[in-house]
Amino acid sequence: MGNVAAVQTFNLAGQFKSSGKRARRGTFLLVLPLLAFLTVSFVLPISNMLNRSVSDSTVADVLPRTAAALRAWNGKDRPPFSAYSALADDLVRAEREGTIGKVAARVNFERPGMLSLLKKTARVADRFEPPYAQAFNAVDLQWSDPEVWGTLRHASAIHTAGYYAAALDQTRKADGTWIDKPEYEQVYVMLFERTFWVAALVTALCFLLGYPLAYFIAHQSERTRNLLLILVLLPFWTSLLVRTTAWIALLQTNGIVNDGIALIGGEGARLELMHNMTGTLIAMTHILLPFMILPTYSVMLSVPPALTRAAISLGATPWTAFWRVYFPMTLPGAAAGGLLVFILALGYYITPALVGGRTGQLISNMIEFHMKTSLNWGLAGGLGGILLGGVLVLYIVYARVIGLNRLRLG
Amino acid sequence: MGRTTAIIIAAAAAIVVLAGVLLFMLGRGSDGDVNELDKELSEMKLPDADATAPTPQPAGGTALAGRSLVVVSWGGAYTKSQIEAYHKPFEAQTGAKINSVDYNGGIAEMKAQVESGNVTWDVVDMELADAQRACDEGLLEKVDAGILPPAPDGTPAVQDFVPNGITPCAVTTIVFSHVIAYDSTKFEAKMPKTLADFFNVKDFPGKRGLRKTSPKINLELALRADGVPADQVYSELATKAGVDRAFKKLDSIKSHVIWWEPGSQPPQLLADGQVTMTTGYNGRFFDAQVTEGKPFVIIWDSQLQELDVLGIVKGTKNVDAATQFVSFATDTQRLADQAQWIAYGPARRSSLPLVGKHAVKGIDMKPHMPNAPENSTNAMQIDFLWWADHQEELNQRWSAWLAK
Repeated sequence: MGNVAAVQTFNLAGQFKSSGKRARRGTFLLVLPLLAFLTVSFVLPISNMLNRSVSDSTVADVLPRTAAALRAWNGKDRPPFSAYSALADDLVRAEREGTIGKVAARVNFERPGMLSLLKKTARVADRFEPPYAQAFNAVDLQWSDPEVWGTLRHASAIHTAGYYAAALDQTRKADGTWIDKPEYEQVYVMLFERTFWVAALVTALCFLLGYPLAYFIAHQSERTRNLLLILVLLPFWTSLLVRTTAWIALLQTNGIVNDGIALIGGEGARLELMHNMTGTLIAMTHILLPFMILPTYSVMLSVPPALTRAAISLGATPWTAFWRVYFPMTLPGAAAGGLLVFILALGYYITPALVGGRTGQLISNMIEFHMKTSLNWGLAGGLGGILLGGVLVLYIVYARVIGLNRLRLG
Repeated sequence: MGRTTAIIIAAAAAIVVLAGVLLFMLGRGSDGDVNELDKELSEMKLPDADATAPTPQPAGGTALAGRSLVVVSWGGAYTKSQIEAYHKPFEAQTGAKINSVDYNGGIAEMKAQVESGNVTWDVVDMELADAQRACDEGLLEKVDAGILPPAPDGTPAVQDFVPNGITPCAVTTIVFSHVIAYDSTKFEAKMPKTLADFFNVKDFPGKRGLRKTSPKINLELALRADGVPADQVYSELATKAGVDRAFKKLDSIKSHVIWWEPGSQPPQLLADGQVTMTTGYNGRFFDAQVTEGKPFVIIWDSQLQELDVLGIVKGTKNVDAATQFVSFATDTQRLADQAQWIAYGPARRSSLPLVGKHAVKGIDMKPHMPNAPENSTNAMQIDFLWWADHQEELNQRWSAWLAK
């Protein structure tokens, strides 16, 4: 009897276990497509970008002997003679194999003028004879400058902090010390600050505009509520580009808004609402507003109206009831909306590109520039890496201070 | 409660959809969309061309029957001119099929294709500076100048093309020009005539349009306006003092500038009254003047000329057909034909006398060519080799200057 019961229990436990396993396997299979999608579309590109921002083997691959010869050099005195002959060899081979342009473009990121210097030296390097130092100087006197060799040495390192340094407006001398770039070339630090500032401002504006609206919608009858919600959602169904271009039509100097202002205040009263920071702020706030309204609204719906009434019946003024009872309960929704808006705003680039003009540009516009125009993917990766790091830090701070379990999207 | 849940689900779905759309756009880049817009804008201006087009009717051929080529270009009226002048006759002559794809310049896409080994483009139309860069990076096939047909009078191609017209990886099709244009209804007594007037906001009030994306063009114009002769611009720019000088000149109008990016924007800015004068591509202004009848006037003084080229993407399976296409498209007649559709100058000297009337409007195209003698008295060539060396440092300074 006892045995049977034990066997039965054992079987039950086993069945329970295996059915649990099966369920887990089923769940895993269900999320597998999503995981695969995320890996391909998200994890891989980001790792690739981060990898590019710290490593680049172009110079080490194309000019291997030069890289080896320069490694022993201190970066201050004359470069060793072995470096000259090694570079002559490497250049001849690079010219023959057609890799010279690639390596020259890479080194030119570090020091302007290296592109033509390397290419023109490579064209004649097969006629070089010892003493090589003189042969190099005969092509161009720049070869007598240790900084030029220092640039080659830094560029030949496979792992480099150079892109991150450049993304923080730093540059490196031949002996390896970091210094600030000249003031007229410093831009990224300022753009990072501006980007965070704009994202914060847009989040604040979205909260100021979105919270009252969400409150208003949440306190309507169900029918009106749905109608209003559709109005909030409507822009969602319109292309981002169309909405941004619509703002151009509205805000430009001879646009609708300014026509209205001119009607009241005369032609002189026209304001510059676009091609500057104002345009960026207005358009971004509008576009991101639904991300604030929707989570706030759905959290508001879940707050029982009885609580505010109870507070009032216990003697609270309407303001106290709102501020001490209602508001704290809706905060998780507003915080979720705020986080969403803030993080989306950090990476925005279409809108600033179209309405931001000169002063409304953000760091993402620079990343796009280095991706598509200057082809300095390493620097783009560095800028993107810093932005990503900044978001992660903020996220962690947020998790520590407020707690992620207090985030509610509905 | 059920409806509330439904609404919440709908909202969540909307967020997901929008996030998806955002990701897609961020991923694809806005330029695609801007390009779309650009294309639409230029397409709107397009005349009903086919009715009056002189249909080229070369003898039908089948040498490349069944083959297809992807030719990438800038879209709008420009691609239209290439389709009429190159693609249609090439298809008729060889039996090949040409798929025209639009892009917005730059070599990032080409680089991605070559590096991933998945080359889908065959021939790309690009600015010479980009072609040089792409050639350096090993993104283009070498083109043998010997395969290019000579001029009708027997002049070899190498001597027939404009200077720098044939490079190791690319063959020039057109000379285009960065010029200044103004809206003649915005000035009363005195009309601007020179580049210096562009920088004179006191006598010629109103906003100015300048290209945002690059210091190229802007620095040259600033120095030219400051009195530097054309042949000394680059030696001046090679010094820090010279660059300082250019930026100082630009500082004098910085607060009056509206910055443009795609080439369709300058005529649009003029038409909307956003600016009274702007830099831009001469072909775009011509289009607005002639096909839309806008009261724009081009100032040819101190124009900056640049070359646009055809290159073959490295690693394409159609190198033979692509090479045939490039050689066909850049012969004397084809380049002259293209000038009937757009106001860019043919890159061959032998094509200039063959330039006729606009295919739709019937006006004589010769006076509208950037390289017509009367327009190019003090024209300057953009030095693409100089820019290859210096764009990195000047871009940095340019971005810093712009952002402040």
